[in-house]
Parts: sequence; C-alpha cells; structure tokens
Amino acid sequence: MRVGIVGYGAYVPRLRIRVEEIARVWGHDANSYREGLGIEEKSVPSLDEDTATIAVEAARNAMRRAREVKPSEVGALFVGSESHPYVVKPTAATVAEALGLTPSLTAADTEFACKAATTAIQACLGMVKAGYIRYGISIGADTAQGAPRDALEYTAAAGGAAYVIGAGEGVIAEVEATYSYTQDVPDFWRRDGDSYPRHAGRFTGEPAYFEHVINCTRILLEKTGTTPRDYDYVVFHQPNSKFPLKAARELGFEDKKLHPGLLVNRLGNTYSGSSLLGLAAVLDVASPGERILLTSYGSGAGSDSFSIRVTAAIDSKRKLAPPVIYYLDKREYIDYSTYARYRRLFKER
Amino acid sequence: MSVSGVPRHWRSQRERYRLLGTYCENCGTSFFPRRKICPKCRRKGRTREVEFSGRGRVFSYTVIHVGSKTFDEYAPYVIGLIELQEGPRVLSQIVDCKPEDVHIGMEVEVCFRKLFEQEDGGIISYGFKFRPVDDSWVEYYGKLLAEKKARTAQT
Repeated sequence: MRVGIVGYGAYVPRLRIRVEEIARVWGHDANSYREGLGIEEKSVPSLDEDTATIAVEAARNAMRRAREVKPSEVGALFVGSESHPYVVKPTAATVAEALGLTPSLTAADTEFACKAATTAIQACLGMVKAGYIRYGISIGADTAQGAPRDALEYTAAAGGAAYVIGAGEGVIAEVEATYSYTQDVPDFWRRDGDSYPRHAGRFTGEPAYFEHVINCTRILLEKTGTTPRDYDYVVFHQPNSKFPLKAARELGFEDKKLHPGLLVNRLGNTYSGSSLLGLAAVLDVASPGERILLTSYGSGAGSDSFSIRVTAAIDSKRKLAPPVIYYLDKREYIDYSTYARYRRLFKER
Repeated sequence: MSVSGVPRHWRSQRERYRLLGTYCENCGTSFFPRRKICPKCRRKGRTREVEFSGRGRVFSYTVIHVGSKTFDEYAPYVIGLIELQEGPRVLSQIVDCKPEDVHIGMEVEVCFRKLFEQEDGGIISYGFKFRPVDDSWVEYYGKLLAEKKARTAQT
C-alpha cells in the first residue's frame, strides 16, 4: 500500500523585519549576524495572528490540494508547536472546527521543540497504515519566541505548513521509510510560565543539532540501502543557513540539493514550521519520480528522517494552492517599534 | 469582556470559524447570519446550512481610529460591509492592507484571524476577517518550472 502525502499547504504572515533593523536598536553589528546566521529578514505575525490562525490557513491550503478528501474522512489532526495560544486548551480542536472536521476525529497538540509536527506525521502514517483512519493531518506552526536582544530574536519567525496523510491513488509523495533518533540533551528549553526560551550556547551545535540530524539521516540511508546520490533534494531543520549546509556537506549531499528547500535567509526560523515549510517549497518544484530526504530537528533533542518519493499525482494537485515562494515575496517591512508593538513587548501600565 | 462573554463566544463560534449561513432551496436566497426560517418564503421555505465560498466585494467601509477597549490595539483598522458572492452582506474587519488601499468594489476573500481576546487570561475568540484577493500566486508555477529547467540545463 502506497502511504504518504495527499495534500500539503503553507502559510507565512506578510510582515517582515530586517536583520539591520534589529541590530540598529541593540547596537549590534548587523553584518556579523547576517553572515553568521545567514539571514536577511524574518517573518512577523500581525496582532491578530497566532499559531492557531497560521495552522488554519496552512491546513486550508493543504485541503485545497487534497481535493478528493471529504472532511468526514479525516480521522486525526495534530498541531505541533512550541507557541500554542493556550497552555491548556488544544489548538488542534480549534483548527479541526475551522476546517469542518468535527466531531468524529481524534486531535491533539504535540510538542517536541521544532520537530513536533514531523513526529505527528509519523503518527498519522502509522494510523493510516494500520487502517484506524483514512486520512490524518499534521500541522507544524509557530509564532516563535526569542527574547529581545538575544541572538534568537534575529531568527525567531512565524509560519506553518500542513500535511494531509493518506494512502492510494491520491498520494503525491510516498513516504518510503522513516527513522527517528532521540536523546536527552540540555540545548534549549522554556519552563512553564516563562515567556522566552533559554539556550545553552555550546550545546546547540555538535551534541545537539549535528549529532541528531547527521546520525538520524545516516542511519535512515543505511536502513534503506540508499546514498545521498539517490536523492534529488534534501531538507533539514533550518535554525540558520549555516547548520543545514554544514550537515548536508558532512553527509555528502551537494549544495544544489539543499537550496530549493532552504528558506531561512528570507523567512527566519519558524520552529515547528521550519523543515516542513522547506519540504513544501521542494514539493512546489519537484517532478514525479524525484526523491526527497527530510530530517527535522527538535531541541531536547531528536530528529525524524523521511525518505520521500514524488508521484505523478503531484502535477494535478500542486497548482491548487499558493507556493511557498509567493508567501516569501508577499511582504511588508516594519520597523522595530512596530515589531515591539505587534509582539507586545511594551508594558502599557 | 469577562467570563460572562464565554456563552456568547460559544454561540457564535461555528459561524465565525467557517462563515456559515443559511440557504433557502425554495427561493434560492442565502442569509447571514443563519436563519431558522426563510424570511421571504415563510412556511414554504426549505432552509439548510451552507458554508459560503468566502469571496466577495467591499460594499462599504470605514476606518476606525479610536476603537472600543476590546479593539483599540488594532487602530487604525478597517471595518467593511462585505457583499458575498452568494449575496448576503457581512460586517468584518479588512486586514492585510493599509486603510488607504481599501476601496468600494474591492475584491476580498475570507481569512482566519483572532477577533479579540478577553481580558486577564480569558477566552480567545477566533473567526473570519477579509483580506484583498491576490491571485498572483497562480503565475508563480510557470516561473518556478522555467527556473528549474534552466537549473537542469546548467548541470
């Protein structure tokens, strides 16, 4: 049975702030951040946008592409995020209601830093394969938090991507294999009640991102008997431009296979949306028969890897919703004071 | 709004989330908000729930500079009377554009946004707002394909 993606959708809010503007306010050297992180600008949510609204917009785009799917046939919906609007009250129920999927489905919010939604894709694949549900939806969406003046402020962005998982003729991208790699690592965390995450600088790279992304990918390649040469595209979690590039080179993927899905320089790090928006940008251009390797990364820490093969069904579905590049181009720049207002950084009284 | 606003939020939640109205199969008229009976056909009416396409035009609008307490942080914002393709007129905020860019007759489409938040950790009310229609994304696929061909030719 061919199991995989039957529809995908992206959404990115239209406001942007440039690296120079953030650096100007804090007296930082903009070039060192631009070159150090490989980022030009990041997306910012409007006052009336949050993880739930971004998730709904992305999921509506995914359902447009998954045109054969009736709302009553969706048996599961998960929203992976680290910025759910409520600590207790599921974003997933709001999204399911807005899509008209209720009440006959299971729904939950998942959290594993930036990989909560790829894990939910695995859950959907499992339920579809086992015959428990016909279709499942997994959405990765965030309005990422980064404390003012922290290096994270330059990258913490807003956006999301949604995937409808199912089986049969409608599959546009078959998931051939998936593998995960998880360990307890203190690289990045946010305690209950805290507004911003903390990160333990030296843990971020080697023992966290690279250890998990590289090993997860390497073991998936071993298990499937494939090599980087067998893939036309590779997508990694992208907290900045440098990490995914370094991981790709170390694994032996050519730079050109990474570029179509590398959005962070114009988008920022959309946390749970990051690698899945990258995958959406690849699906926007991929041809039938081409193969994609996707590896997410979530601090704490873990990675999920997927070997994906694009099918002929993509040609008739792709054009039913906007491509990621449309959202990257549709933008309006704001200054830091407007950003501060929209992010509610001012204390009014 | 206090916790007492929760029942009102609950009552309007479905039609706000999905832009649901009523359609009368007898006279072919659509209504928003929902009606139990067709005001035109009365007892002959056959009404059913309908989810509107979400496309429409600005019938009229105004710019609010001093909003009520609940909405003041959005000021200046645009409130429009949107005439849906199906006929009914809906009152809604128009977002994703500057107040000076809005005009009567402008094509708009539905989007999903936060409407307001009750104070002190209360409920967040979500629902429809409208934004300008932008179908320019359709043309991107041609460009993307051409770029890919050029890349393949290079290698």
